[in-house]
Amino acid sequence: MAMLQLQNIDMVFNPGTVNEAAIFRGFELGIEKGQFVSVVGSNGSGKTTLLNLICGNLNPTKGDIVLEGKSILKMAEHQRARFIGRVFQDPGKGTSPSMTILENMALADNKGKAYNLTRGVNKKRREDYRAQLEQLQLGLEDKLDVQVGSLSGGQRQALSLLICTMSPIQLLILDEHTAALDPKTSENIMILTDKLVREKGLTTLMVTHNLRFAVQYGNRLIMMDKGKAIIDAADDAKKALEIQDLVKTFSEISIEMGN
Amino acid sequence: MDVLLEIFKGILEQGLIYSIMALGVYISYHILEFPDLSVDGTFPFGAAVTAMLLLKGVNPWLACLAAAACGAAAGLVTGLLHVRLKITDLLSGILTMTGLWSVNLAIAKTSLLSTFGTDTIFNSGLITLLPESLASWYVLIVVFVLAMLMKLLLDWYLRTKSGMLLRAVGDNAQLVTSLAKNAGSVKILGLVIGNGFTAFAGAVLCQQQKFFDVNMGTGMMVMGLASVIIGMTLFRKISFLKTSTMVVLGAIFYKACLSAALNLGFNPNYLKLIMTVIFTVALVANNITKKREGGSGRHGYAAAAKY
Repeated sequence: MAMLQLQNIDMVFNPGTVNEAAIFRGFELGIEKGQFVSVVGSNGSGKTTLLNLICGNLNPTKGDIVLEGKSILKMAEHQRARFIGRVFQDPGKGTSPSMTILENMALADNKGKAYNLTRGVNKKRREDYRAQLEQLQLGLEDKLDVQVGSLSGGQRQALSLLICTMSPIQLLILDEHTAALDPKTSENIMILTDKLVREKGLTTLMVTHNLRFAVQYGNRLIMMDKGKAIIDAADDAKKALEIQDLVKTFSEISIEMGN
Repeated sequence: MDVLLEIFKGILEQGLIYSIMALGVYISYHILEFPDLSVDGTFPFGAAVTAMLLLKGVNPWLACLAAAACGAAAGLVTGLLHVRLKITDLLSGILTMTGLWSVNLAIAKTSLLSTFGTDTIFNSGLITLLPESLASWYVLIVVFVLAMLMKLLLDWYLRTKSGMLLRAVGDNAQLVTSLAKNAGSVKILGLVIGNGFTAFAGAVLCQQQKFFDVNMGTGMMVMGLASVIIGMTLFRKISFLKTSTMVVLGAIFYKACLSAALNLGFNPNYLKLIMTVIFTVALVANNITKKREGGSGRHGYAAAAKY
């Protein structure tokens, strides 16, 4: 059985009004453990709705969402965050800007445990944090006491990725996490993402507008259109996918959408 | 000379008492980014509870603690109104503040309640072990120790795991959610602590002035906010100062400005107007420094907090 299953999902906004909009009707998706899935699609195709449903920002009109055999439908966003990590498009969303890198890492290090009246920063962990930051190869290991707000978008996003994967999670959600960065930085963040995902063997769902990233990274690719997966290719089928094919299909659906 | 000394002493006494309230406003306004108007109600709430307890012969220190607990409960109400019932932050505070007016009258049973002749933290207990010749300094000594204790308590708390989560929620609530914690509950906790501080300050002021006045909360939010902003604008160049210290200094400075204005012969009826002018000057000064330094402080003022 797939690790994450979206079962017969209906997602209808403003039901029963003139503004009724059905994003999903009977939508099904299963993601296997260890899969790195890239999701592409035009605006309004349901990519973001999909992530919001999984993370708990939205509740489906109908259907069930099952993670590791258990329904997570009744759980609030913060409860699901125990085992689902999410990196957002906005690099500011994954960190606390007024706190130092050290404090941000210490906060994340404590995820899943009690936030009580013991000291927030454990000095003994400092070297360990340094070692983790070194992997990013951004020189952040020498800036442990610098406020995160003064870092660049790329540095912050790299830190967000690290923080998000610090404590064990079952599913990593990447929500267009390179879209707000310049091309070179996007590239670096993608390389880093791939490295972290491999090292930690994370099951990953990445939404992106970058078709090249979708083809280059991961072992499954889904193209969404009007709430349906019009392309869903894993492993060898995915390797056979050419970016030209994707662009062609993407243009066709985009023209239909009037984009 | 004596007159000047008395004025200085008065400024320090008042400034230090109000600095405890300013620390509370610092938590809600600066750390949580929550413009908490319940402060105008919780300050006299603390005083009302204290006055009532003192007249019943309760130990004055216990009265202070009880007042802080009552203030914390009021903060809980504001938090629940905002987080659970989805009422806007400003309105939640206004609702609590308005409701507390009646609560305060119900506790004190009158709009002006004298506690003259009761034991207070300034004339009983440990402080009386000091030589009698220092009697005129008792108030200043006690409020100084209290303000420092509260400041250190807050400094300590903000470095604990719980305190760091509180700082994170004002900064980026999404991060707290991502850390698998309910951001709403953390906000409520912040309001509980902030209003606890405020009511504690009300308790101390009540014991110092020896009466409760139902109007004593009017303008507290503005005074607290002014202290926070003045403190953080004026003293942020001094790099070794923690923000909480700046807030305490800001409260003293603010009181000094008011005192100077009154001593220069301004009509006390214009007190609130003077407060507004001082506050406006502080805000404008802060905007100018911000522009000059190109800072982009998220609170509309340049200073970044140091914990």
